[in-house]
Amino acid sequence: MEIFILLIFIFVLAAFLGKELISKVPSQLHTPLMAATNAIAGITIVGAIVAIADSMADAGPLGRILSVIAIILATINIVGGYLVAERMLGMFRKKEDKDK
Amino acid sequence: MINNIAYIVACVLFIVGIKKLNKPTTARQGNRLSILGMIIAVVAVFFERGVLDTWNTTDWTQNAYIWALGAIAIGSVIGLIWAKKVKMTGMPELVAIYNGFGGLASFLVALIQSMGEPDGGFDFAIALSICLTIFTGAVTFSGSMLAFGKLSEKISGRAIVFPGQKLLNLILLLGIIGASVIFIVPDINADLNIIAILAVTAISFIFGVLIVMPIGGGDMPVVISLLNSLSGIAVAMAGFIISNTVLIVTGALVGASGIILTLIMCKAMNRSIGNLLFSGFGATDSVSGKGPGTEPKAISVEDAYAVLEAASSVVVIPGYGMAVAQAQHVVKELAQKLEANGAEVSFVVHPVAGRMPGHMNVLLAEADIPYEQLKTMDEMNPQMPTQDVAIVIGANDVVNPAAETDTSSPIYGMPIIKAHECRTVFVLKRGKGRGFSGIENDLFFMPNTLMIYGDAKATISSLAGEFTSD
Repeated sequence: MEIFILLIFIFVLAAFLGKELISKVPSQLHTPLMAATNAIAGITIVGAIVAIADSMADAGPLGRILSVIAIILATINIVGGYLVAERMLGMFRKKEDKDK
Repeated sequence: MINNIAYIVACVLFIVGIKKLNKPTTARQGNRLSILGMIIAVVAVFFERGVLDTWNTTDWTQNAYIWALGAIAIGSVIGLIWAKKVKMTGMPELVAIYNGFGGLASFLVALIQSMGEPDGGFDFAIALSICLTIFTGAVTFSGSMLAFGKLSEKISGRAIVFPGQKLLNLILLLGIIGASVIFIVPDINADLNIIAILAVTAISFIFGVLIVMPIGGGDMPVVISLLNSLSGIAVAMAGFIISNTVLIVTGALVGASGIILTLIMCKAMNRSIGNLLFSGFGATDSVSGKGPGTEPKAISVEDAYAVLEAASSVVVIPGYGMAVAQAQHVVKELAQKLEANGAEVSFVVHPVAGRMPGHMNVLLAEADIPYEQLKTMDEMNPQMPTQDVAIVIGANDVVNPAAETDTSSPIYGMPIIKAHECRTVFVLKRGKGRGFSGIENDLFFMPNTLMIYGDAKATISSLAGEFTSD
């Protein structure tokens, strides 16, 4: 239980940090920001990999199948999110760059 | 130990990465730092004890590395193809899908954990986290899929409201809480726990659909932001189940990010979240504005050209209609011609222009318009009275002065781009009908406003053509 309280503490601090960070992002970058945070949310892949390791001891295949699906979904989220963010950010150009 | 240090490094990289996203010049670097953080976190998890233990098995089907890496390979290929294929106008749909997948992945993590109940039953905190992850993950998934359907116009984007909707939502929410309590309270038999968790799952999926259903197409930027936030919260909740700090920290960051964007969008629309989620604003299509009873003045392309040629400052106000007409490239061409003619050209983007936060900026950036020319509403509004010409392309409510003057208007109080303060205003419009919200636009009837009817893309390219033929 004590660990749980500590984790909640971390959660609250991180949420406030997030609020500070995001408030400073200008509206013109909101779409790439969202694609990037979307990709970051794919970190749930860590939980899915832990789960697949746990499922190796299971008798039935259900845990394994669900974990594989979870990893695939999280990977799509990560790879896709970062790539589109990269694509969009590549389009934001300064005037000089454009004239070259 | 080592992997925990790696998680800390990953968290720091995510934080610095997001921080660097606050400027166009450093944003790309920020994205790459965040990618590095992700790679470090994923490598680190392969060094978790539970995962390492599966390494020394003789039977390859018991080796977690093979399964996990195989799944990552499949996911990467799918993600890669999608990200390459998507058009910039389709970005909101794609983000909606990704949100949904992220939510579903967190949901599955919780579901798997719920199946491995230890002999003494779950710890209270773990059981609660499982229920919360299943709830947020499932709602994110079903809500995002519906949002995707609406955005891609596979299903009608209209808001659907029916009597008793709020009551039904309340009943479902109570059902979720009730089933969660059965799951969480110890000493109830294992079969019942499985039924309870499946009930939480099923009701949450339905709840997600019901939450997005009453929200109309025009309010989609808010929905996407909200679902983005929920997907982050689901990740953080999953982190509580497996006591993993990297999930908790990043989940909280993403959750906060989505909430902030939601609030920015709500503020730009002058609505509260509660009002937006439960009122079905987009459903009202019979709102009447007063309108002075006269016809707006129209102008021909040739006459408009004469005005533009003499202008020394031009401000373009694009709305989603511009993107629908695929006019951004001709707009860029016109802007270049105007600049060659000695005019100063800027673009003012309203926060809710487009289908997701910042969408219009991406569409303009895609047309090679440099970001220095893209101005926010707050930056540009004070300078409006000094601008010679404003060109409104496919925008309507966001330039309606009724939002400032007419207390009876449904959009009263919404921050607008003050196009009406420019010396001359050109409004490009397909026909004489009302805008998408059905509100009469006072701007069209102002003495300094001139309407150019017709397809926006055709109008802009003939205007640009006039410059060339000189």
